[in-house]
Amino acid sequence: MNILRTSRIALRALARNKMRSFLTALGIIIGVGAVIAMVSLGEGAKKGVEERFNAMGTNLLFVSPGSRNSHGVHSGGGGWQSLKPEDAAAIETQCDAVKFTSSSTNTRAQVVYGNKNWNTSVQGTGARYPEIRNWEIETGTFFDEAQVKAGAKVCVLGSEVKKSLFEDEDAIGKVLRVKQIPFRVLGVLKSKGESGGWFNRDDMIAVPYTTVMKRLQGVEYISSIDIQAISMAQTVEAKRQIEELLRIRHKIAPGAEDDFQVRNMSEIAEGAAQSTQILGILLGSIASISLLVGGIGIMNIMLVSVTERIREIGIRMAVGAREKDILLQFLTEAVVLSVLGGALGVAFGIGSSKLMKFIPIFAQWKTIVSPGAIVLAFVFSASVGIFFGFYPARKASKLDPIEALRYE
Amino acid sequence: MAKKIIELQNLVKTYKVGDTEVQALRGVSYSVEEGDFVAIMGPSGSGKSTLMNIIGCLDKPTSGKYTLEGEDVSTFDKNKLARIRNQKIGFVFQTFNLLSRTSAIENVELPLLYSNVHTKQMHERALAALESVGLKNRAHHKTNQLSGGEQQRIAIARALLNNPSLILADEPTGNLDTKTSSEIMDIFTKLNVEKGITMVMVTHEPDIAAYARKRIYVRDGRIIRED
Repeated sequence: MNILRTSRIALRALARNKMRSFLTALGIIIGVGAVIAMVSLGEGAKKGVEERFNAMGTNLLFVSPGSRNSHGVHSGGGGWQSLKPEDAAAIETQCDAVKFTSSSTNTRAQVVYGNKNWNTSVQGTGARYPEIRNWEIETGTFFDEAQVKAGAKVCVLGSEVKKSLFEDEDAIGKVLRVKQIPFRVLGVLKSKGESGGWFNRDDMIAVPYTTVMKRLQGVEYISSIDIQAISMAQTVEAKRQIEELLRIRHKIAPGAEDDFQVRNMSEIAEGAAQSTQILGILLGSIASISLLVGGIGIMNIMLVSVTERIREIGIRMAVGAREKDILLQFLTEAVVLSVLGGALGVAFGIGSSKLMKFIPIFAQWKTIVSPGAIVLAFVFSASVGIFFGFYPARKASKLDPIEALRYE
Repeated sequence: MAKKIIELQNLVKTYKVGDTEVQALRGVSYSVEEGDFVAIMGPSGSGKSTLMNIIGCLDKPTSGKYTLEGEDVSTFDKNKLARIRNQKIGFVFQTFNLLSRTSAIENVELPLLYSNVHTKQMHERALAALESVGLKNRAHHKTNQLSGGEQQRIAIARALLNNPSLILADEPTGNLDTKTSSEIMDIFTKLNVEKGITMVMVTHEPDIAAYARKRIYVRDGRIIRED
């Protein structure tokens, strides 16, 4: 009995009962499909995060309040209020590895224009924000230092907000209200598009941070400082200079914990990459559970199939089939079923990854089908077939021919 | 003196049913010459089926010796017995025992799947076997499209496939009407006389047993009479 002949016999046996074969394979089809789709989502998210970070540039640093140990989560005793706009100014003038700084403070608010309103993120930034964040203006201008100093009530719209409030109308020079306060629109930012994030980056408006602090939030502190180093090579030096300066300004004794954190882009990028990776693995693992269930399904149906075909097994043995011939036949049936199921599952998985674009909730999520996942899915489904098919196949091969022939 | 194809020496078969031991065969000795046609008769529970199973190498005796074509098969392991069933023995059953929803020719080919025969040859030999039972034109019909008599003839074609020296038939006409039964028995007679294939048949019908040259009567695990 060679492999080809055994496979043909297996296929013929499976074809005798197409509906049952299909239903048995369904578990594997769904399982593999789910794994492929989930892994594609995970890969897409990872790629998206990578792209975002690359787009932002590599000589960025961020200073955020709170000690390293709390990872930016609020520590006790006002740790999150430790940064002031004066810190940013000092860093820009006193650290020579630093090119510019831009203070940040964010809030969410309802933005109203005419009869339209939109809940969006209000990002208080400095005048250098577009350069630091590598984000060009589409139309109009960004606010300048003077307007920041004055706490002017001006804003620059992200493309999503512009679309929602103004549609095709020109937004420049129009006045909208943020928390009932009138703001004049200076410009519109270019669309950054989606890339696997969980939010839309164009859904925001930029306002001078001073304005946010004084008029929208009524606070004295800022939530972070964006810093651009003079070059990528200087980011390490810049970090050192900033930390030194801030320790002096915040009067932190040597050996005591800092009340701020300076991170450079690559650290952040790595952190984000790691968490999307974990997410991907998690998604894949959950989907794998359905693959396991599919395998159990195969085993069950093979057991039923063996019981139904006891007579047939007896006949085969009577005409000369040995134990291992029967074992091989049923094992092959299980493997053929699971591999075919795997193939269909891969098609199903790829198809549903592509179709996600059409479902509103998932439309923003990018998917990348990885060839590695496909190969893994095939190997896995073949293994599931072998593993779960073995017990029923063995049961079949151990039947006594005389008893089997007598079976009703 | 014709060669002995089957030699049974003091065959004993006992098996356990729960706590009790059942003695199916209590010392059967018999020989069958090549080319002979023997009918085994007896009431149910007499042990004739057990005897048939041992002769057919589907089962092994508890003690005693069984020599088939000069080989002592009573000590063979399962795999060797399977080989013997494939090469030397053809079976015909009362219930035909064909694979359902399968075509006639696929059914006939079945034994060849378990021997080292090329796929193309398989097909040719199967067709030749079908021809010898007069069913070449029904080669691609499925089992459920064939009558009882036709199905039994396909079973016979299957039994003939590996050119066996021995055909064993267990109540071959049990599920057939009188007319079809005699057609089947004529085929057996033809195979026995023209091709010299040894026939051993179990039956409880005297007019079927009449087709055989010799009859042995089994009761309580022993041969009690021959004619």
